[in-house]
Amino acid sequence: MTTAIASLGAYALSVIREMGRMVLFIAQTIIWMVCPPFRFFQLLKQMHFIGVKSLFVIVLTGIFTGMVLGLQGYYSLRKFGAEGLLGSAVALSIIRELGPVLSALMVTGRAGSAMTAEIGLMRITEQIDALDTMAVSPMQYLVAPKVLAGVLVMPLLVAIFDLIGIYGGHLVGVELLGVSSGAYTSGMQSAVEWKDVYGGILKALSFGLIVTWVCTYKGYNTGMSAEGLGKATTEAVVLASVLVLIWDYFLTSVLL
Amino acid sequence: MSGGLQTTANASLGNASDRASAVIRLVNVYKTFGKQAVLDGVNLEIPRGKMTTIIGRSGGGKSVLLKHLIGLLRPDRGQVLVEGTDITRLGQRELNEVRNKFAMLFQGAALFDSLSVFENVAFPLREKTKLSNKEIRQKVLEMLEQVGLTGMGEKYPSELSGGMRKRAGLARALVLGPEIMLFDEPTTGLDPLLARTIDDLIQQTQQRYRFTAVMVSHEIPEVFGISDYVAMLLDGKIAEMAPPEQFVKTQNRAIQEFVNGGRPVGAAR
Repeated sequence: MTTAIASLGAYALSVIREMGRMVLFIAQTIIWMVCPPFRFFQLLKQMHFIGVKSLFVIVLTGIFTGMVLGLQGYYSLRKFGAEGLLGSAVALSIIRELGPVLSALMVTGRAGSAMTAEIGLMRITEQIDALDTMAVSPMQYLVAPKVLAGVLVMPLLVAIFDLIGIYGGHLVGVELLGVSSGAYTSGMQSAVEWKDVYGGILKALSFGLIVTWVCTYKGYNTGMSAEGLGKATTEAVVLASVLVLIWDYFLTSVLL
Repeated sequence: MSGGLQTTANASLGNASDRASAVIRLVNVYKTFGKQAVLDGVNLEIPRGKMTTIIGRSGGGKSVLLKHLIGLLRPDRGQVLVEGTDITRLGQRELNEVRNKFAMLFQGAALFDSLSVFENVAFPLREKTKLSNKEIRQKVLEMLEQVGLTGMGEKYPSELSGGMRKRAGLARALVLGPEIMLFDEPTTGLDPLLARTIDDLIQQTQQRYRFTAVMVSHEIPEVFGISDYVAMLLDGKIAEMAPPEQFVKTQNRAIQEFVNGGRPVGAAR
C-alpha cells in the first residue's frame, strides 16, 4: 500500500517536473524570439515547411470535411424542412470548430512529427551540441523560428481550410443535392458574425503555438537512441493532439 | 587543487612554463549520472599551445570530461577554469563569450545534415563575422583545400564517407581560428590508414595554427606520436599525466595494462 502511494506520488512529481520544464522551454523560446540576431531566412524556411508543404493535406481535409458536412447537414435539416439553413450550418461548424481543430491535427501529423524527428536526430548526432560549441543558441536558431512560424502560418492554413470546406459543402448541398445557391450563401452571410471569424483565428494562433511548442520540446529532449526518438515523436503527436482538443474546449467555453 | 593525485598530475606536467601557462584547469570535478559517478574528483591542467590527449576505457567518461571543458555539461561539484574564469558559474551569454575561443570536432563530425559541406564550413563565418559573401567563399575554399576536400563543397554530409565527414568537421572547426580545439575520438571507426591521415592532419593543423588541443582517444599507441602530453582517466580520476615518453614508463600497473592492450605487464605483445 505504501509502495503504491509512493509510486503514485513519484509519478505526480515527475508529471509536475515535466510541466515545469515545458513552461521554462516556451519561456526561453519567447525570450530568444525577441533577441537579435533575427534570422528571417530561417523563419521563412519554417513558414514554407509548415505552411506551403501542408497545403495539400489541408485542402484535401477541408474539401472532404465540407462535403461530408453538406451531406450530413442536408439529410438532418431536410427532416425539419430547413434545407435553406445548410449554408449557415456548414459555415459555422467549419469556421468555429472544425477548421481550426482539423488543421491543427493535420499540421501536427505532417509538420509536427517531422519537427520532433529533425530536432531529435540533431540532438542524437550532436548537431545541437555543435551549435552550442559555436556559441549559437539552439533555442534561437532551431526552436524559435519553428514556433513563430507555426503561430504565423496556422491562421492562414485555417483560413484556407475554411474557404475550401465551405466550398465543399456548397458542392454537395447545391450542386449535387439541389439546395438553392442563394439560400446557401445568404444563410451563411446572415449567420456568420465577425466574432466567429475572430474566434477561429484566435484558436488557430493558440493551436499553432501548442503544436510547435510540444513538438519542438519533445524533439529537444529526446532519448539518445533510435527507440528514444521514435518514442519522442509518438509522444509529441499524441500530446499535441490531446492538448489541442482540451484547449479547444476551454477556449470555446470562453468565446461562446 | 589538493591531494596526491594533483601532485602526480602537476609534477608530470613537463616544465614550469607549461604549468604556468595552463589555459584550462579542472579542480575537483565530480559528475554523476544516476547512481554512476563518471567523474570522481578530476584535477587536470591543459597547457597552452600543446596537444594533450586524454586516454581511458570506453565508457569511462572521457567524452563527458571533454564536454565539461566547453560547458556542454556542468559538473555536480568542482570548477572548470578557462583562463582563470570558472565557466560553471557563468550565464548563457558569458559562457558564449568563452566558447568563442573554442572549437570542437565531434566523434561523428556533427555536420548539419540540411547544409552542404560548403555551407557547413561557412556557417561559423556567417554567424560570427561580418565578412562579405566573397570573402567567406574564399576562406571556405581555402579551408576545404587544406583538409583535402577541394571540389567537395556542394556535397551533403550524407554523401560523404566517414573520413571525409571528419575532414569537413575539422574544416568547420578551424575556420574561425580557435584558440582551443577539442577533438572527441577523431579517428574512431576509421580504418588504420585513414585514421593515420586524420591524425597527421590534426598534428599539421595544430603545428600550423599553434592552438591548444585536447583530444580524447583510445587509439594507442598512435596518439603517443602526436601528443605533447598524455593523461589517463581511470575510475573517474586523472591517474597519470605526462609527456608520452614518460607516460609509457609509468609504474601504475592499471595504466601499463591499458597501454599494453590488456595484457599483463611484461607479457609479449
